[in-house]
Amino acid sequence: MLVRFWGTRGSIPVALTSAAIQRKLVTALVKATGRGLDTPEKARAFVEQELDFAVSHTFGGNSSCVEIETGTGEYVLCDLGSGARPFAVSALARHGPARPQTYHVLISHPHWDHIMGFPFFVPAYIPGNVVHIYGCHDGLEDALRRQHGRPSFPIEFGQLGAKIDFLPLVPGQPNDVAGLTVTPKLQRHGGDSYGYRIEQAGKTLVYSTDSEHKLDDPEAVRTFVAFFREADLVIFDAQYSLGDAMSVKEDWGHSSNIVGVELCQMARAKHLCLYHHEPMLDDDQLAALLGETRRLEEITRGDYRLEVSAAYDGMELIL
Amino acid sequence: MELTPRHFADTIVLSASGRVDHATSEMFKTALLGQLGTCAAGQNPVVLDMGGIDYVASTGLRALMLASRQVKAQGGVLVTAALQPVVLEVFEIARFTMLFKNFSSVRDALAEISPEGLAAFEAAGGH
Repeated sequence: MLVRFWGTRGSIPVALTSAAIQRKLVTALVKATGRGLDTPEKARAFVEQELDFAVSHTFGGNSSCVEIETGTGEYVLCDLGSGARPFAVSALARHGPARPQTYHVLISHPHWDHIMGFPFFVPAYIPGNVVHIYGCHDGLEDALRRQHGRPSFPIEFGQLGAKIDFLPLVPGQPNDVAGLTVTPKLQRHGGDSYGYRIEQAGKTLVYSTDSEHKLDDPEAVRTFVAFFREADLVIFDAQYSLGDAMSVKEDWGHSSNIVGVELCQMARAKHLCLYHHEPMLDDDQLAALLGETRRLEEITRGDYRLEVSAAYDGMELIL
Repeated sequence: MELTPRHFADTIVLSASGRVDHATSEMFKTALLGQLGTCAAGQNPVVLDMGGIDYVASTGLRALMLASRQVKAQGGVLVTAALQPVVLEVFEIARFTMLFKNFSSVRDALAEISPEGLAAFEAAGGH
């Protein structure tokens, strides 16, 4: 199973600013002083090996969209945030527009940042393609139809050329999706959201975004520990600091890096991936957040090590 | 986990010890909130001495947040003091350093919030 991140930002897409690019260039050029980087190869090696991630990369700005390569030839996505647009461009480049494809999409919830990429999801416009959209919300189809057409978009949903169907899922009930066993779980979020435990050939991915946790509720903890149990990868909503999540942003429906570490440790998950990044945070701040989270894991480590990463647009993980 | 109250003039110093994790945080919360009833505007400021706390998990931080809310509603003052380095790291990672006024020692906290409490603390030997 290969997991590829196309959109990792929470709430609303953001773009790297000119000022931020300039700061990265200044930092890189100062560090390159006297290094004799007189060929593209030397410069690339310097960038890849000697610059910090926040200088040489960006976490990116597209909203939620994660691709799961299953090896079956059919595409599987979690959410249709703005990251669905570059995914679609890449998918069409991989197989060309003339060969019909099947797309399976698991929707966590129909808040706009999780569906806004669909009007720009080119495969939906191509006759012969099939798009299966799965979710637990009664109003999911209506939410997707509503953002097409006037006054929000110039093309009506009914004009889409692909065969599009909506397949309801039931929390706690396993389903076969393109050879994956997918089990949804209700999560605490305004209007509800659903996480997905996704299993294939002994590997387990948990996609759990837009989920607030109340760890002083033992029953809630128990069910999430079971949901995350020994997962190879947990993609986790860490949008807020714990302090914000418990104070000014309590009941806003998001979680923190600290709660992510604690739940994954209780569940003995192997890898925690911070996701749904706060749009206010720049690359330096997100890199610092990752460093702090790794430090927290270190000081709370018991008899096993939890790997911690922070998702960025374009990141790939192999399970 | 233990929480021991001491009174220095008008000030209450609550000395906590042990580990506040998922197993003990409920007890910590009950003990802490139970000591805050008289902390109000102009009376009985509270210093939470965390020098004996080895670790605070998210549920322990939640208890601190509830204590802060209760004191704020009562118009009182609650500060933290003497965090061990690891606990201070957790505070910083959780951004609790932006929510709590924290002092490096109980003495420093008393000097800021209650001169009378500091004098009584010093008279008692300063510990």
